Amino acid sequence: MRITCPLCGERDRREFYYRGAAVDLARPEPDAGEAAWDEFVYLRDNPAGMTRELWYHEGGCGAWIVVTRDTVTHEISGTELASGVSA
Amino acid sequence: MRFSGLRVLKEGLTGNKGWTPHWRDPEPKSEYDILIIGGGGHGLSTAYYLAKEHGLTNVAVLEKGYIGGGNVGRNTTIVRANYFLQGNSEFYSHSLKLWEGLEEDLNYNVMHSQRGIINLFHSDGQRDAAARRGNMMISQGDDAILLNRDQLREMLPYLNYDDLRFPLYGGLYHPRGGTARHDAVAWGYARGADQRGVDLIQNCEVTGIDIENGAVRGVQTTRGPIRAKKVAMVAAGRSGQVAAMAGMRLPIESHVLQAFVTEGLKPCIDHVVTFGMGHFYISQSDKGGLVFGGDLDFYASYAARGNLPTVESVMEAGVALMPMIGKARVLRSWGGIMDMSPDGSPIIDRTGIEGLYLNCGWNYGGFKAVPGSGNVFAHLIATDRYHENATGFQLDRFRTGRGIIDEEGKGSQHNLH
Repeated sequence: MRITCPLCGERDRREFYYRGAAVDLARPEPDAGEAAWDEFVYLRDNPAGMTRELWYHEGGCGAWIVVTRDTVTHEISGTELASGVSA
Repeated sequence: MRFSGLRVLKEGLTGNKGWTPHWRDPEPKSEYDILIIGGGGHGLSTAYYLAKEHGLTNVAVLEKGYIGGGNVGRNTTIVRANYFLQGNSEFYSHSLKLWEGLEEDLNYNVMHSQRGIINLFHSDGQRDAAARRGNMMISQGDDAILLNRDQLREMLPYLNYDDLRFPLYGGLYHPRGGTARHDAVAWGYARGADQRGVDLIQNCEVTGIDIENGAVRGVQTTRGPIRAKKVAMVAAGRSGQVAAMAGMRLPIESHVLQAFVTEGLKPCIDHVVTFGMGHFYISQSDKGGLVFGGDLDFYASYAARGNLPTVESVMEAGVALMPMIGKARVLRSWGGIMDMSPDGSPIIDRTGIEGLYLNCGWNYGGFKAVPGSGNVFAHLIATDRYHENATGFQLDRFRTGRGIIDEEGKGSQHNLH
């Protein structure tokens, strides 16, 4: 699997750290309540198919990247910098 | 049909013509008392214990593929009870005791082999942690022996004692741990459930869960609608999709875990051995193949196959630890779909929907739990009370923060467990 970093270009998957579904882009307010925090920290759509997720270019430029990827085929259909992207 | 030594001898002398199919292939009825979604190890054992211990036989197991075709046939067959935290430790202890009587109970040879598991450690800190874990295992009533380097060398002379990057300090030996033949476990439970009247419906995918007024009424399947008073979801890596049919989101992310097997070799690895400074574990199957694996690929996946970086890291760890396996040729590799939970521990609970039960979140430790999971889940479905050895696996522990069972203190990220 190879991931295209918007800054560095196409790189080996080993340069990237996987964070999980791109829920981190919508962090609830501290007082948003138990249900909102449960959604954010634990609950996942966990789709068999297209998903948006956060990867960190640990072995490269250090950018957080939103990767659109198919969990069944591992095909990556798009990447963009997480900065400026909303959930 | 009962298996016995005499029967095997007789069949052997008469051309093995008297064996019959181990289970029926029934058409689904229009209604059951209990439906189990998922005919894997956990679903089959749930059906078996519902019938055997609770006398509930108007039960069907709905399997979208074939019996033994999912994770129960895609694991590394390790059986152990070496957990540290309350919640886990009594459950896995219970499961191991069921394993120890399983073949007699099922009248089926699951090739359960208590060859012992040795978890290696490579530093003073790891030795302290191993001693602490061992003491917890002993206080749970299970067995653990702390091996120093000399004792380890006596038992496992083939390890790299000379120039391993992380030198061997010893190992935590769990003599009652071992392996079992994974397919036989599925077949044995399937046969046992079928003999007690449970219908095993294969090639039957659930496409919807019918809920009226907050209570489950049955399911829609590719073989027609089936009504039921109770429905149990036991779909492992596919739990998210099944629960979504009931309008639920689960604290589960599905990941791929790869495993490997070499060509058949003469007996050389007598135990299950795990590396403590990298993810690698190995045992030798009764056919002679070295069965080994490592860590997750770390990204969400339903592909049932992984990528090469993980293959490389597993091979590196293995050859560094035991150079002798370097000449063995790898026959094949495979991936299983792991239902990773946020604390690395499972969920066995009711749901907010009356009559709907959930069993998932086995991470990559589901195989050893097959007897225990089915046993306690059957208890929950039959009585609506938690089994005494499974009181900690509530679904709401994540929302409330009470009762999180994070065995390794990894935090809430699903893939870290």
